Amino acid sequence: MAEPQRDALIDTAFGYASLGERIAATVLSGSRTGWLLLLAGFTTLSLLFLYTIMLVFTVGVGVLGLNIPVAWGFPIVNVVWWLGIGHAGTLISAILVQLRQDWRNSVNRFAEAMTIFAAGIAGLFPVLHLGRPWFAYWLVPYPATMEIWPQWRSPLVWDFFAIATYITVSVLFWYTGLVPDLATMRDRAKPRWAKRIYGVLCLGWRGAHSHWRRFRTAYLVMAALATPLVVSVHSVIALDFATTIVPGYHSEMFPPYFVAGAIFSGFAMVLTITIPLRRWLRLEAVITTRHLDIMAKTMLAAGLVVVYAYLVEHFVIWYVGDEYERYMALNRILGPYACAWWGTMAINAGVTQLLWSKRIRTSPAILFCVAIVLNVGMWLERYLIVLSSPHRGYLPAAWDTESGTMIDWLMLLGSLGLFFALLTLLLRWIPAVSIYEVKELLHERREEG
Amino acid sequence: MSELSGWLAEFDEVDDLVEAAHRLVDAGHERVEAFTPFPVEALDSVLPPPRDRVTVWVLAGATVGALGGYALQVWTAVFDYPWLVGGKPMHSWPTFLPVSFELAVLLGSLAGFLGMLIGNGLPRLHHPMFAAKDFDLATRDRFFLYLPGQNEAREALAGLDPVHLHEVPGDDDAG
Repeated sequence: MAEPQRDALIDTAFGYASLGERIAATVLSGSRTGWLLLLAGFTTLSLLFLYTIMLVFTVGVGVLGLNIPVAWGFPIVNVVWWLGIGHAGTLISAILVQLRQDWRNSVNRFAEAMTIFAAGIAGLFPVLHLGRPWFAYWLVPYPATMEIWPQWRSPLVWDFFAIATYITVSVLFWYTGLVPDLATMRDRAKPRWAKRIYGVLCLGWRGAHSHWRRFRTAYLVMAALATPLVVSVHSVIALDFATTIVPGYHSEMFPPYFVAGAIFSGFAMVLTITIPLRRWLRLEAVITTRHLDIMAKTMLAAGLVVVYAYLVEHFVIWYVGDEYERYMALNRILGPYACAWWGTMAINAGVTQLLWSKRIRTSPAILFCVAIVLNVGMWLERYLIVLSSPHRGYLPAAWDTESGTMIDWLMLLGSLGLFFALLTLLLRWIPAVSIYEVKELLHERREEG
Repeated sequence: MSELSGWLAEFDEVDDLVEAAHRLVDAGHERVEAFTPFPVEALDSVLPPPRDRVTVWVLAGATVGALGGYALQVWTAVFDYPWLVGGKPMHSWPTFLPVSFELAVLLGSLAGFLGMLIGNGLPRLHHPMFAAKDFDLATRDRFFLYLPGQNEAREALAGLDPVHLHEVPGDDDAG
């Protein structure tokens, strides 16, 4: 077996069967102890999430750092951040499949799983900060006895539809792509009960060519629908801010700015997951350093768009000359949230530039550290936007500074725990890499010789 | 299960499968079906395309979603509970677009998924094909050609140099 080429997307020494076995083995066999330990750790953290949710539901939103004028605090920072993380998964799975970027075949499966969990967790936070979370269902247009309807002119209602659609379509898209692999798992699994479960879940898939044709069409069309969807979701989130009159929120450039930030932070999270995962599941021959290199480049490109957005934002504030906007910008740099501003700039505009180096892009350990730092940077950016804007509004008598309470931090930590616990569970039950798509990739690479 | 529904020829290379499918279709066989572990695009020009179209489903779903969503908003906000907000016109159509769009995507995707399943005759818990020997390799690394019929089918497939020939028991509704 020859060494795989340094910049190869897949080790062509694999046969179809050995490649499938290699990936299916991550589910069907292998050591359980490490997995159980990881799961125990992450589950403990998710219990923390449950605890903080319980506190918010029983005591009220007063346990969080929310007050007038800063009525949007950590929960909103977390919605924007988590949802943004989810967007990279859709980008990899839906947009790149249409561009025929075949490198995505090796990473789309868990990137999509990441999307579903991140979007699901993001969807919890708006409900958590409602104050009266038991009325969340009022966003649904149903013939209520109160005889009123949702206010369709409000971006908050659009938000509900955008996030709900996003989660549903992401699950559907992910499941569609999973069906042929569940059939492979059905035929590989040894225990009868496992065969039965995979057999039912794969819907009776048998790989007929006419089935593959409809499948490919359905998959491509769903990808084509998911592409504008993902842009719309973060744009709608951005409109929640942009349609207000608060300096710092009220900006017409927010939708594209938020989408770029979403892709940037999302790729950071994909790398944060990919790098330990490929090592742990020994998938280095399937997810190669070339994949890491490409993802780091995409992250760099998105990061540069974000930096451009920072420049434009500050230029517009200076050029328009509105005194409230100017004060807001200066207050961000020098006021009580200065740490967040300088941190955001140092990380998102500074640390990102490390990705110009090919050595950093192709050395997993360093890239992993950079990705984690960039995750923090994007969280700080959202923290800065959400909290610093309303804290000094038009009326100085109403100024107040809010920051996260202990419960806020525990809730964020707990949500991370839940996210990683779900990923850990999933990796044991379904193949982490799309088996049929890497076989297709292998076939194409062989044709090319 | 006493009757055979047809025969399966097993190949271990994609190119052999495509070549064999070509020869079968050229010989005038119409009901040829291939079974592969991953989609083989080279077969698209050989085997006849499915008559139903997933895209029609998607178009229908997306249209119902967009029009239905828009109608829902107009009816609730203009007729059933008109509520003046910020002096905007009752039928402030630009603000109705995001929800219409989201619903178009939602119903379009759901319809695409359903259309794919219905066209494929899935979900289905069992199929005679699964009773054929070694058919589980179709999700692994082997490529199969199926021809319904008895002895003529067997002879036609045997002439293609397959690695193995397998009989498929049961009634003739595979494919």
